[in-house]
Amino acid sequence: MTIRKLSWYLFIYFFVPTCQLGVPALAQSDSLNQARQLQEIQVRERLLPELKRSSVPVQVLSGQQLQRLHSLSVADAVRFFSGVQLKDYGGIGGLKTINVRSLGSSQVNVFYDGIQLGNMQNGQVDLGRFSLDNMEAISLFNGQKPGVLLPAKAYASAASVYMESRVPVFDNGAGANYRAGVRAGSYGLFNPFFATEQKIGRQLAARISTELTNAGGHYTFRRRIGSTDTAAVRQNTDIWSFRAEAGLYGKIEEKQDWQVKAYHYRSERGLPRAIVTNRFEARQRQWDENTFIQAKFREKISDKMSLALAGKYSHDRLKYVDPEITTDAGFLNNEFTSQEIYASATASYLICSFFEMGLSADYLHNRMQANLYRFPFPTRQTLLGAAVGRIKMPRLIGEINLLATAVDEHVRYYQQATDFRKLTPSVSFNWQPLAVLPVHIRAFYKEIFRMPTFNDLYYTFSGNSFLRPEYAHQFDLGMTTANNFKNGLVRTLDAQADVYFNKITDKIVAVPGQNLFRWSMTNLDQVEIRGAEANVRLSGQVGNRLGYALLFAYTYQEAIETTAGAEPRQQIPYIPRHSGSFTVSADYGPAGLSYSFVYTGERYAQKANIRSNYLQPWYTHDLSLHFQPAPKARQLSLTLEVNNLLNQQYDVIKNFPMPGRNYRIGLSWQFQKQERKTHEI
Amino acid sequence: MKFKWTVCLLSMLLATAACRKDEDSGPGAGEDLQHGQPETLTTLKGFLLLNEGNMNMNKASLDYYDYTTGVYRSNVFEKANAGGSGLGDVGNDLAVYGSKVYIVVNGSNKIEVLDARTWKKIRQINLDNCRYITFSGGKAYVSAYLGVVGDPAAPQGSVSEIDTASLTIMRRATVGRQPEELAVVGNRLYVAHSGGYSPSNYERTVAVIDLTSFREIKRIDVAVNLHRLRVDAYGDLYVSSRGDYYDIPPRLYVIDTGTDAVKKSFNLAVSDMDISSDTAYICGTAFSYQTGRNEISYSMLDVRTETQLQRSFLSDGMDRNGKITLPYGLAINPENKDILITDAKDYVSPGKLHCFSKSGKLKWSVATGDIPAKIEFLKKTP
Repeated sequence: MTIRKLSWYLFIYFFVPTCQLGVPALAQSDSLNQARQLQEIQVRERLLPELKRSSVPVQVLSGQQLQRLHSLSVADAVRFFSGVQLKDYGGIGGLKTINVRSLGSSQVNVFYDGIQLGNMQNGQVDLGRFSLDNMEAISLFNGQKPGVLLPAKAYASAASVYMESRVPVFDNGAGANYRAGVRAGSYGLFNPFFATEQKIGRQLAARISTELTNAGGHYTFRRRIGSTDTAAVRQNTDIWSFRAEAGLYGKIEEKQDWQVKAYHYRSERGLPRAIVTNRFEARQRQWDENTFIQAKFREKISDKMSLALAGKYSHDRLKYVDPEITTDAGFLNNEFTSQEIYASATASYLICSFFEMGLSADYLHNRMQANLYRFPFPTRQTLLGAAVGRIKMPRLIGEINLLATAVDEHVRYYQQATDFRKLTPSVSFNWQPLAVLPVHIRAFYKEIFRMPTFNDLYYTFSGNSFLRPEYAHQFDLGMTTANNFKNGLVRTLDAQADVYFNKITDKIVAVPGQNLFRWSMTNLDQVEIRGAEANVRLSGQVGNRLGYALLFAYTYQEAIETTAGAEPRQQIPYIPRHSGSFTVSADYGPAGLSYSFVYTGERYAQKANIRSNYLQPWYTHDLSLHFQPAPKARQLSLTLEVNNLLNQQYDVIKNFPMPGRNYRIGLSWQFQKQERKTHEI
Repeated sequence: MKFKWTVCLLSMLLATAACRKDEDSGPGAGEDLQHGQPETLTTLKGFLLLNEGNMNMNKASLDYYDYTTGVYRSNVFEKANAGGSGLGDVGNDLAVYGSKVYIVVNGSNKIEVLDARTWKKIRQINLDNCRYITFSGGKAYVSAYLGVVGDPAAPQGSVSEIDTASLTIMRRATVGRQPEELAVVGNRLYVAHSGGYSPSNYERTVAVIDLTSFREIKRIDVAVNLHRLRVDAYGDLYVSSRGDYYDIPPRLYVIDTGTDAVKKSFNLAVSDMDISSDTAYICGTAFSYQTGRNEISYSMLDVRTETQLQRSFLSDGMDRNGKITLPYGLAINPENKDILITDAKDYVSPGKLHCFSKSGKLKWSVATGDIPAKIEFLKKTP
């Protein structure tokens, strides 16, 4: 993708609020022969004017910057956002979920190419399963993504992660692009990938992307168990996974575009256990299968009106076997299947030059089956309606929206949850007080809730069908600034800083029942979170060939349980007061070097802030070298990485050790075929 | 200017990053002493309390209360065994036999044998998913959920016989699925089964093992999902059934070991029980599907007449719901009949230990580790 393409893409993706698809699939571009090191700078130059005008905090990682983050999966990349805690059980196959501003991972919705990845079973998305190689951009919106032509689902969470996969782009008259490569590294990582993009006509293109990941995952770790220092090898950490996706990207006329995507992922993995005294080995295994097909269509009906439609069907399977538990029918073997049907229609209308409105309606149908004892086979139907108004004036942008939710629950056996109706608001603005001063003030308020998941409601021996939704109230006040400079060492600079207050009520937690086997879920806790976060990004160049980019993020959070009867002033588990990251990358000609540092402060593994729950701060240094010649028809690139350079031994989750120093090498080959030739053959 | 600010913040971050405290010096270090009420007893010098700790947290811990000084000391195992690998994950049972302390650590698949005077480790006996321990004739008997781990055709549990002199496993008997508590009457070992790995098909029996042949000789049908099993002075077994958490309520059954048959039952949920002289003290928690809450009860039985006494053993309203969040472990001081009750709270926070006089008045309370579960009294040594 050339610079121009990429920046155009990003521009559309973020800043044309009426555009949901956002991807100029078949746009033609000129060949650009500028030095590659300037790409990042140019991308940011185009991004900045609009980034600073966002009414909610937004963080974006895209293109080359994303590829440089010492990351295999999306999970590794989100660590560089402020306000984010990644829950990571360690290793390549370990579960990795995102927690934004201490609201809990179930309050975050994850969107893949604009459509939500649902998980009605437990409400969380394992970001470790999404390879960065296939991503064009990852962004995090607190509150919600601004815009009027968005599905109602986009308004239905406390924070959203948008993952945008690569789209076909044809340069220099190419008719087909191919990209093949392999990554290999420590712990037996072997990760070959292949993607091809084919131009099928003037208005149609296809992209196929596939990938295999295989790793033994055995890594050595050192830790103190009791008061002895022990070194051991992590067991049962193997993973095998396969992903294939195929997309069709069409443009009927200039004003219409559509996309259809089929996705399949399957994996088998060992589940490493907590490292406890006298017990390091584990035998639990898990198999996953996720398949979906989704389609999007957008049409600009007139200068004032646009329409967007989206739909999806997904089918997920999960199988869990525990050979350490023998039941009267053999090893414990749990199988879960779930289905989702999703349909969305949205229309937007420009009422006058500065006021636009959007209306959207979404329908979801979720079902789940399991071979669990006394499983009730639930079905949930959700209807969402959203109305949004957006004011856009030269120095003021404001958005207000209302979301209506109706949930109907049905079970085949036992007690079903009560049906639910609710109206929730959100309001946000961005205001530049002085035209001469490039400083913007923004604020948002949002009330939203998450429905109890099927596991919360119906999991045998812990589910509780009396549960109510868990509410999140968010207040945010921030400042942004962004500048492009024509000359000098610094070419772009943008910064944002926010303070926020979140309150979670009716938090769904597990509480003890009759005995330790019989926990139950209940609406119990209340949590208040006070935080501040800041981001600074800088890019520039020294001379003609040396370019650099710098990224800094810092987060302070005080997340206190305020449930009646709770011990006062106790930071909730796994939330550090201080966390942050720093990345610097430099390119000289075809060679690039980047370094990143991630810091997570001290935390507690359980409610009480006492010594026995204390978890050490951790910080890792990652270093990588890239070699990528200037864009040509054929291109070979090479990456060498050292992660956790100082070999720090740490846990993100107590007793789940993380890998120490590890290495990766990546090799990829990219080539094009000219359009004419393709036709002749 | 902005750049300077970044550099400044960055250096601050690096400065904070540079300090990583030693794991033993986190907050709360040295807060391990608390006070009860000193008193002089003729036969007892103190008691040990085992905190289970949450699964995967590796937080089992042992506390000690000294009657003479009134001092409650936490983490005595760690301190007596510095340089060791810790007590481990989920301390499930604690017992004193002769001059040794036995701790069954379920999640760590081991039994720790300690010197009862110094709490120094004598030996570690590895036994997969071990649960409860009892003693007779110089032997220890330990139940384990699965006799063989990793064989899909072997859902049965086992009981292992350990020689308390050599501290090695001598014999092993196969019993029913997921054996829990066990007790010896005469030459017979009685083992309660839960069958908890197969909730659709709970076990409902007590196994009877002949100690000479160390073979199961019969089963006594009782009720689903059995747990506690205690013996009184009259050769009767008190066995608790946890019910199925849905339709079958928890109950307490009495088995006559003369006839090996159930002779009586009580409509009681049993979290823990202790039989002291002729009285069984019982605390129970029953989850109600109607209210979605736990109902807590404190009851007493006269084991001689096998009748329920119509009063609680706690006074001043301490037996009301919420005073003790989740009564979990219970023990009666055999000398002065003080009642010790632990509160496991929400299972994920440090618990509490309350000491009540025999009339039910609260004498003192201390904070414990997570999930305080089992109490064992230590006799004065001549």
